[in-house]
Amino acid sequence: MATALFYIFAVVAVVSAVKVVLFRNPVYSALSLVMTFFCLAGLFVLLDAYFLSAVMVIVYAGAIMILFLFVIMLLNLGRKEMMDAAVGRFRWLFVLILLGVLLAQVGFVARQAWFSGPGPSTNTALQARNTEYIGELLFTEYLFPFEVASVILTVALVGVVVLVKQEKRRLPEGDQASASD
Amino acid sequence: MITDFIEILVKIAVALGALLGVVAYMTLAERKVSAFIQHRYGPNRVGPWGLLQPVADGLKFLFKEDIVPPHVNRVIYLLAPAAILTPALMTFAVVPFGDTLPLFGRDIRLQIADLNIGILYILALTSLGVYGIALGGWASNNKYSLLGGLRAASQMISYELAMGLSIIGVLMITGSLRLNEVVAGQQQMLWGVVPRWNVLTQPLGCLLFMVAAFAETNRAPFDLPECEQELVAGYHAEYSSMKFAMFFMAEYANMVTSSAVIVTLFFGGWHLPWLIPENATSLGYSLLKIGVFAAKTGFFLFVYLWVRWTLPRFRYDQLMRLGWKVFLPLSLANIVVTGAALAFRG
Repeated sequence: MATALFYIFAVVAVVSAVKVVLFRNPVYSALSLVMTFFCLAGLFVLLDAYFLSAVMVIVYAGAIMILFLFVIMLLNLGRKEMMDAAVGRFRWLFVLILLGVLLAQVGFVARQAWFSGPGPSTNTALQARNTEYIGELLFTEYLFPFEVASVILTVALVGVVVLVKQEKRRLPEGDQASASD
Repeated sequence: MITDFIEILVKIAVALGALLGVVAYMTLAERKVSAFIQHRYGPNRVGPWGLLQPVADGLKFLFKEDIVPPHVNRVIYLLAPAAILTPALMTFAVVPFGDTLPLFGRDIRLQIADLNIGILYILALTSLGVYGIALGGWASNNKYSLLGGLRAASQMISYELAMGLSIIGVLMITGSLRLNEVVAGQQQMLWGVVPRWNVLTQPLGCLLFMVAAFAETNRAPFDLPECEQELVAGYHAEYSSMKFAMFFMAEYANMVTSSAVIVTLFFGGWHLPWLIPENATSLGYSLLKIGVFAAKTGFFLFVYLWVRWTLPRFRYDQLMRLGWKVFLPLSLANIVVTGAALAFRG
């Protein structure tokens, strides 16, 4: 049962991810990316990472992708014009290179010791206290990376506000004099 | 194994049937309560006290002409009502609507799915409810629908933050994400007299969550996206008959689920403090507990209707300012104070 679910999630995730780049309409691409995130959340559940799968849906599919959709919908981002990219004649070469890289990665992962193939997870300790373990690790052993990550996010937030802020225009001198004329 | 499967299917059928039935009769309740508040009769022609009005409305929606305008994006236009109704109905799966029901020789736990990330599941599905509105507005290929849909969507994501953060206090007190344990934790007595309901231990969190739930369901004083269609056009302007009905069913289903979640998280779930003895597991007591849960949820649904017809609505900038500049700091402060209090108590 878990193996069948793994294959379903995996196939749908790969197909949606491929369709993200193949759809011409950017809204359809964004929606296939949401489908990919769903399937990844399902794969996380199969790996007993329940907290991570819920957070994946809440943060990625539920917030980040909605903002993507806002931008696409408001800016009415391109269709045909953006598709005719500059790659043109050598597209087949780049496809071959990327496929080679992908196959090399798959081969590398499949030969590692920790890869035992698709199947149900039997780590009952992890199943029972999932969120508690993450909390313990995050606030003891990985406290420094956690704080650094939050500082990075704050920097990004402040940077966005600074970039978007417009300068105040100074009032021209002599406004009073011209109004009383 | 097969009996487990049948048990789950029956629970789903019963819960879904009850949810959709309540949604249908909420349309009548809304009209009757608003009439009562406005000192007039509500619908009273179709059946005694208008009790068959939802049936008439349902038949009307089914028989109306289903128009798909030619200028819309067909795929997403047809997908949007489903995308908004599905999370609204799915959220009810983790709500415990009773204790255990001893039937047919087994103890049936009255909760469809006892996830160990129960609260996160609810937050995840409320985040997904935004898609239907944004996509419905965009697919209608109409400037007003698009802007109305995006405004509604940004209102919803703004109040999701306050909603999620206000629950963290409850989470800290309970020590678990499972909704069963949240309800179980509220059964002890505080100072021997009063039940330990989270509304008493987390009053600010309860208030923030309730108001954020109002904003999240586009209801009550935060229904600017809805009233927009009275003014210009909203995100469901181009929808007709059953697809339009699905948008409204989704809104009422969200209301019912929000009320159920408020009752579970803050008001003790199916627990009735002084009348039901601890560990009472006979069939009669189990049914009484289901009734208690239904009554509490019904009360909060009435509060939803009451607030809608009492308060004037917020302007959009007031709404966003409230969500980001008031609720977010308050919910963060709630977390800090709750954490400090728990650390002091050791």
